[in-house]
Amino acid sequence: MTENLVGRKISPGIAKGEALVTQMGISFFGGVDTTTGIVTEKGHELEGKSISGKVLVFPQGKGSTVGSYALYRMKKQRTAPVALINSECETIVAVGAIISEIPCVDKIDISQIKNGQKIKVDALVGKVIVE
Amino acid sequence: MDLTKYETEMLEGKHGNAVKKSMSILVALGEIYGAKKLIDVTSVQVAGVSYDNLGDAGLDFLAELAKDGKVKVLTTLNPAGMDLENYKNLGISEDFAVKQKLVIEAFAKMGILTTCTCTPYLIGNNPHYGQHIAWSESSAVAYANSVIGAMTNREGGPSALASALTGKTPEYGMHLEANRNAQIKVKVEAEIKGTYLFGALGKVIGEKVKSKPTYITGIKEATVEELKSFSASIATYGGAAIFHMEEITPNKTPVPSEEITVTQEEIDKAVESMDMDSEVDFISVGCPHASINEIAKLAELLKGKKVTKEFWITTARPTLKIAQANGYAKIITDAGAKFAADTCCVVAPIKGRFKCLATDSAKGCYYAYSKNQSKIKIMPIEKLVEEAIKDVKK
Repeated sequence: MTENLVGRKISPGIAKGEALVTQMGISFFGGVDTTTGIVTEKGHELEGKSISGKVLVFPQGKGSTVGSYALYRMKKQRTAPVALINSECETIVAVGAIISEIPCVDKIDISQIKNGQKIKVDALVGKVIVE
Repeated sequence: MDLTKYETEMLEGKHGNAVKKSMSILVALGEIYGAKKLIDVTSVQVAGVSYDNLGDAGLDFLAELAKDGKVKVLTTLNPAGMDLENYKNLGISEDFAVKQKLVIEAFAKMGILTTCTCTPYLIGNNPHYGQHIAWSESSAVAYANSVIGAMTNREGGPSALASALTGKTPEYGMHLEANRNAQIKVKVEAEIKGTYLFGALGKVIGEKVKSKPTYITGIKEATVEELKSFSASIATYGGAAIFHMEEITPNKTPVPSEEITVTQEEIDKAVESMDMDSEVDFISVGCPHASINEIAKLAELLKGKKVTKEFWITTARPTLKIAQANGYAKIITDAGAKFAADTCCVVAPIKGRFKCLATDSAKGCYYAYSKNQSKIKIMPIEKLVEEAIKDVKK
């Protein structure tokens, strides 16, 4: 059974992967180890978990604007998520996704997505397909 | 968002990869913030210059854009992680210097003026009232919007660079008159004089009203240096992009009915919070970058004296050149103080080198404490010099 969620395209592309979901904001500069893809922010729901190769589902980015470059760095080192899904995308994640060419969709009700679900993100049209 | 034919071509890659990437950034931000169109900018100031903040990832990105990117408008840089000429004297490692120079080279290749300063308005990147610009240094954004009356959002490094390479920015936020109007009146019932007290006032107001545009009354007069200090502080502690100061700043705004007061006691408390119990081992003037007027004043105070502590004056290189030509620099360096041009204490890699910073800057205090975990002491410039020439305890 599949479920379609419709949002808004932020950064184009299509990707598939396993969902990693958090209800907390993520800071890619300082909050994630870009070499390993592991979340390092103290007390974060995803602390100790790797976001590499995942469809990362989170409300929005936070922290320093250098976070955009951190996403780019992860993409180059192959530690980046394959796609990003936000409730409400802000500048840091939007710019980071675009310069790194990581598909990104926002305006999605992220409570509809569970950890470990197989997800297809079609950021050419802004659609998320939960399998 | 409505794009012109030319803008659509830029987005589709017909004008090169750097323009394409830049347009994707601007269009995405425009969509997110509900802009109806792109508008032309006349000036850009790009942050994200220090290798300490960029790392190799940022450097890679800049090198990629520099392959075919060229600026369309006057563009200058925010401070770098070091003095680009005199870094050894300031204790910066050769490894860091090599990387920092690569960052600057990438910007230069794009046609950016590699003058690294948080006060572009003091060195010739100086827009006039009503012009649309894209600046990213938060103190310069507050100064440009409020004191000059130019119009800019608080850009991030990549979005400002995107504006430089296209000459465009999405029309939202501070580019629209209605968003610039004051939302709250702030009645200042305290004596505010000198850069350090203007900094303290920015802290008090910023913490009270966050990023809301303010209409501030009760300030009788303010110098460029005091407004520079205030802009830095209100942006650092509150995140404001604009403020209005009665009979001092030029923008028109309806006066809001909601009113709050800033008392002398609150200013005193703010100063106390930035006056920690510690032995000063580092003194710095120039956050935001010192003006030639401030340097002249320091020369007068330091003439014939000897400093006993590390003393940095951070400024823009063109300002330093004026100081050199006029003899101020020699007086200051003869006294043992050092110039750190192109850089500042917020972005230089100095964490752990000093225990307690004394400065006249409330913004400098914030970053020294939060980023570099240093103790802080705020004081006027005259006191800073007294502190600097005090005998060191044996």
